[in-house]
Amino acid sequence: MYGNDFGQPGATDSRAGAPPHPLNAAETPDYTDALAEYFDGLIEQDQRVEPRDAMPEAYRTTLIRQMAQHAHSEIIGMQPEANWITRAPSLRRKAILMAKVQDEAGHGLYLYSAAETLGVDRSELLDKLHSGRQKYSSIFNYPTLTWADAGAIGWLVDGAAIMNQVPLCRCSYGPYARAMIRVCKEESFHQRQGFEILWVLARGTKEQKAMAQDAANRWWWPALQMFGPPDTGEHASTGHTAQSMAWGIKRFSNDDLRQKFVDMTVPQAQKLGITLPDPDLAWNEERGHWDFGAIDWDEFWRVLKGDGPCNEQRIRTRVEAHDEGAWVREAADAYAAKQAARHEQGAVA
Amino acid sequence: MTSGTWPLWEVFVRAKRGLSHVHAGSLHAPDREMALRNARDLYTRRQEGVSIWVVASEDITASSPDERDSFFDPAADKVYRHPTFYDVPEDVEYL
Repeated sequence: MYGNDFGQPGATDSRAGAPPHPLNAAETPDYTDALAEYFDGLIEQDQRVEPRDAMPEAYRTTLIRQMAQHAHSEIIGMQPEANWITRAPSLRRKAILMAKVQDEAGHGLYLYSAAETLGVDRSELLDKLHSGRQKYSSIFNYPTLTWADAGAIGWLVDGAAIMNQVPLCRCSYGPYARAMIRVCKEESFHQRQGFEILWVLARGTKEQKAMAQDAANRWWWPALQMFGPPDTGEHASTGHTAQSMAWGIKRFSNDDLRQKFVDMTVPQAQKLGITLPDPDLAWNEERGHWDFGAIDWDEFWRVLKGDGPCNEQRIRTRVEAHDEGAWVREAADAYAAKQAARHEQGAVA
Repeated sequence: MTSGTWPLWEVFVRAKRGLSHVHAGSLHAPDREMALRNARDLYTRRQEGVSIWVVASEDITASSPDERDSFFDPAADKVYRHPTFYDVPEDVEYL
């Protein structure tokens, strides 16, 4: 669902420091230099880095943070849409929405699996999500008030996510890139089903049209914020963009991706007959792009730091689901133990 | 015991008959049967496979990236293993 990487300045999860003296040859400066040269060579040749390759510790922690944040966004992203499963307007819509929410769970698991190749445990990442030490995309802290929001999420939120994620299919870290290829294939169904929901509403009754317009009004600006802070200005120097681009983790800057998204989405909105809530939106002949108005970055940082409409609810629901699901995990363990015991008995007999 | 201590399984999927199983990713499960079922739900939601293997990650023995040079170098100076090594007349057919 989401593939950007930004944290609050200074909020990194660095590991314990190295011992003061080398314990073996692998920790001597010569050896370290040789490994650094090998890693730099891979990046320079646009080759993929694979799990057991030597890599700078900062590359590893950056990837873990980004993949974890991405995975968390996928599983938290199940909640706003799951809110409408029981009230979907038809059996067709209900089946589609269930499949979509299942996909989000799957995307989360692909990404946790990729993160684990860097030597971190999934349960450790979930603990960090539950205790607020790792973030998820701020977009999921907005509520889904009407059925049209299910459409707007697919169209705008998944549309923005695809824009972010397609370049990640060429990310320098192999397992992340491979997971993103799977995710991107599945996301295009998400975006199309969202557009279809709005397409039907936009050609419906006056009330249905108003519902579609209202959803677009509420999701447009948060969708633009999904690309992260601007490349220039106050927060630019504290972000990870420059280093991530040098490492081949990120391929385009936040502003470039945001512009691509606006250019792609405006004609779609026109087709739907939906007015995007930005009076400054205008075609710029000279640039060959759509100009758009100023984004409220204060709101973005406020929501990211926990003060959005649904932050507390999202984490509470997630923790409850984990705690109340404990019996399922215990039952699976009991079943595995029983099967193993039977197998052993069978072998003896 | 929680999922945090469940072993890790590597999943390989055969996309269709005639193709090899290819590594798809990994997952956690308490035993091999449940790993197989989870793999079906996670990696073949759109009929991406006709057969799945799951292998306990800890059972895989892998070459070490640290030894990549000494491990693979012995094949580097044996170009005569490739058909293009040989000088033959150009006008000979089916060769």
